[in-house]
Amino acid sequence: MSVALSAPDIKRALTRISHEILEKNQGASSIVLLGIPTRGAHLAQRIASIISEIEGVEISCGTLDITLFRDDLRLRAPKAIMPTTIPPSGVENCDVILVDDVLFSGRTIRSALDALGEIGRPRTVQLAALVDRGHRELPIKADFVGKNLPTSKSQSVRVLLSEIDGRDEVSIEGEAG
Amino acid sequence: MSAIDLVIKGAQLPDGSTADICIDGEYIVDVSSTYKGQAHTSIDGKGCVILPGLVDLHTHLREPGREDAETVLTGSRAGAKGGFTALSAMANTSPVADTAGVVEQVYRLGQEAGLLDVFPIGAVTQGLKGVTLSEIGAMADSVARVRVFSDDGNCVSDPLVMRRALEYIKKFGGVIAQHAQDPRMTVGSQMNEGEISARLGLKGWPAVAEEAIIARDVLLADHVQSRLHICHLTTAGGVEIIRWAKARGINVTAEVTPHHLLLTDDLASSYDPVYKVNPPLRTESDVHALRQALADGTIDIVATDHAPHPLEAKECEWQEAAFGMVGLETALSIVQMTMVDSGLMSWQQVADRMSHTPALIGGYENQGQRIAKGSYANLVVINPTKLWRVDRDLLLSNSSNTPYHGRELPGFVEHTIFRGKPTLLSGVISGEGGK
Amino acid sequence: MRHLLSIADFSKAEAISILDTANELARVSDGAVKKLPTLRGRTIVNLFAEDSTRTRISFEAAAKRLSADVINFSAKGSSVSKGESLKDTAMTLQAMGADAVVIRHFASGAAQRLADSQWMSGSVVNAGDGTHEHPSQALLDAFTIRKHLGLGKSDLEGLSVAIVGDVLHSRVARSNILLLSKLGAKVVLVAPPTLLPVGVESWPVSISYDLDSVIPFVDVVMMLRVQQERMTEMYFPNAREYSRYFGLNSDRMKSMKPGAIVMHPGPMNRGLEISAEVADSSRSVITEQVTNGVSVRMAILYVLLTGGALEAGGN
Ligand SMILES: [Zn+2]
Repeated sequence: MSVALSAPDIKRALTRISHEILEKNQGASSIVLLGIPTRGAHLAQRIASIISEIEGVEISCGTLDITLFRDDLRLRAPKAIMPTTIPPSGVENCDVILVDDVLFSGRTIRSALDALGEIGRPRTVQLAALVDRGHRELPIKADFVGKNLPTSKSQSVRVLLSEIDGRDEVSIEGEAG
Repeated sequence: MSAIDLVIKGAQLPDGSTADICIDGEYIVDVSSTYKGQAHTSIDGKGCVILPGLVDLHTHLREPGREDAETVLTGSRAGAKGGFTALSAMANTSPVADTAGVVEQVYRLGQEAGLLDVFPIGAVTQGLKGVTLSEIGAMADSVARVRVFSDDGNCVSDPLVMRRALEYIKKFGGVIAQHAQDPRMTVGSQMNEGEISARLGLKGWPAVAEEAIIARDVLLADHVQSRLHICHLTTAGGVEIIRWAKARGINVTAEVTPHHLLLTDDLASSYDPVYKVNPPLRTESDVHALRQALADGTIDIVATDHAPHPLEAKECEWQEAAFGMVGLETALSIVQMTMVDSGLMSWQQVADRMSHTPALIGGYENQGQRIAKGSYANLVVINPTKLWRVDRDLLLSNSSNTPYHGRELPGFVEHTIFRGKPTLLSGVISGEGGK
Repeated sequence: MRHLLSIADFSKAEAISILDTANELARVSDGAVKKLPTLRGRTIVNLFAEDSTRTRISFEAAAKRLSADVINFSAKGSSVSKGESLKDTAMTLQAMGADAVVIRHFASGAAQRLADSQWMSGSVVNAGDGTHEHPSQALLDAFTIRKHLGLGKSDLEGLSVAIVGDVLHSRVARSNILLLSKLGAKVVLVAPPTLLPVGVESWPVSISYDLDSVIPFVDVVMMLRVQQERMTEMYFPNAREYSRYFGLNSDRMKSMKPGAIVMHPGPMNRGLEISAEVADSSRSVITEQVTNGVSVRMAILYVLLTGGALEAGGN
């Protein structure tokens, strides 16, 4: 096991992502952050509060559970469904930033796009990921990446966040193949 | 000295002693410590127990009417396989055995099969309807010489009809075999009424529905001084009533089935109708009481209530399924397991409960005789240490509704001898009827 | 979990996870999302050998909201009522490629027979079997109680529920007794002695023959339907007397605890076990039971038709 991101690394990465989001969207006025549970939801919260601090305004932030939209439900054990919380103003004509911890095959994001499509029609949908570990199976690309982590398929990336795990850390487990 | 037909060497007799049984023609010609002479056939009985041929007082052979479930021939084969040399064919056939014509037909079919004696039981009432007495006298005087009368499947529930029947059969020393089930208390009933039926939502069949009829009938038998037999006793309360009646000198006998000595109502939890039977499986404490009563003689005999049904009658919802289990081929094994191996009964008592006494109750003179010189050579040789696995597809009965499928049982019936001739040799049917 | 046959088959944690799943599904369906792709391409057959429009429609709505294909195979006009065996019906469903069969049947144990047989391979959902069980009804009842009185807790600890009426013949009662007590509620059965089964002593409940002495102390009064045929079977003298002792009318309702609710699985006999005023009162959650039924049945289908056992928590 090797540590890829330490707590300060994570903090810096999120701060950078927050700035990039503001830059790309020319401010925070139309932004809605939607975190994908479980850890993506906490990352979205953190980014929202960083942006609020920078801009001095409240940022719309919610969660988007994708469990019911997965395409592999027939194969996998059913997961408990996590809450989906859309800010009261909705997503119509907003710039939605999906936030997840690890970008891997891209299937989660495809499911998230399907889920989002049922909720409304944002002006744009962008993607922020703390870690991009490669091995995409779909034509999906992140707009904001905390760190690119080249991994082998047999390895796994473990993200710890203080809200759930008591500390912040990203590590790679298993041998590079 | 010329050669005898058959000798069975070295088997253990019911009393525990070991002897060679010499058979010539239809009779036992000698029981000697070691037979030195010649014999056409010699059977090695070492390690086996020899009993007088088993006599079943309660068999459903389904012919005439439901030959898809069983015929007299297939039922005879199943009987021989199970060690029986006599069966009693219940009257609930189609047409009902309520005339001399039907009982003579069944009797003749038994003779033709030739594997064992088939004694027809006559219906007490016409069409088993419980209203009008059937031609009891004509059946008694027929070639079939019927002595046992029963509406089994139905209860003779009208007390006046029951009284008249009990009185009428005194004319020739007959007996009424009562299927004790109060019909009003058991409308639509599916299983023993208690904790399990409450949980499963299956309509309950209270013990009292059986016991109330038994109590009434022992009092009636006492009043008219006649002979009563209670079919398939299933409850501890019923045992108490029989015990009380016998203590008063009332002329009553009672039977228990092998399945009620072993199986309990919790098996219904599977909703598999193979466990659906009339009367229903009862509780653990009932089973305990029945075993004790069979051992102490309160219950006189074991009878199979062999009740074959075609596959479709059991491959359905519980409440749609037919009542009954086949039992001829497993009866002795279940009795060994529940009564002998448990130390409750000796083989002598098994001989008594499954051969001597049922023959006595039925008036079957050539059956149930002691294993002694001059007796009819109706015998069964069982290997009590050999285990066998019940496979419903290998039963000789036409039907496969056994509750023991897949179970390993003790006590393998090796040979059955009927009137001096093997009908079963090393577990395989032999003799004319078996063709 | 492959089948839903009896409440007895699952643990408290499993029951709670179904309720939680139903809760999330209810939130999703309350929002903009009317249709989820979750069970796209799966076939669910509603096999109704006994009439029950409301249960069938509820399962049908649940399946359709999850994008499953639904085939209705109901008693009227189908072979089930014409004496075709359960086995033949099951083999037909197997040939149709049913992933799940929702079965309502007049015979107790029919759902279990279907599940235990080798006749078909799909999941079996018991939508009411004879006088045995009706697990989805119990789950929606527990869901409704939790929503109103659960104070945010996951179980029903500390609540007491009176189940009133024909317990003997009620599959709703059997399933509710198992589930509510599993979830920590105290259950009291109120019925004439004739309508309680022999063997009820072994159930995790207390018994009363007197509705008036129970009503002031319970949080939930769950009324059971009285079937017309019970009238002729001497379970009680007549409808009037039944109503007088075991019916819920506005007088009795006045003595209920503040916040206590009235439930009924439907269809109701207004004027017999429940008066119209009570059924339509603010304490009544009867129409809400119907609404919740869809979410709970969605949760059941989701749990049965996706992969293996339910995992707790996140990813
Ligand atoms: Zn009988």
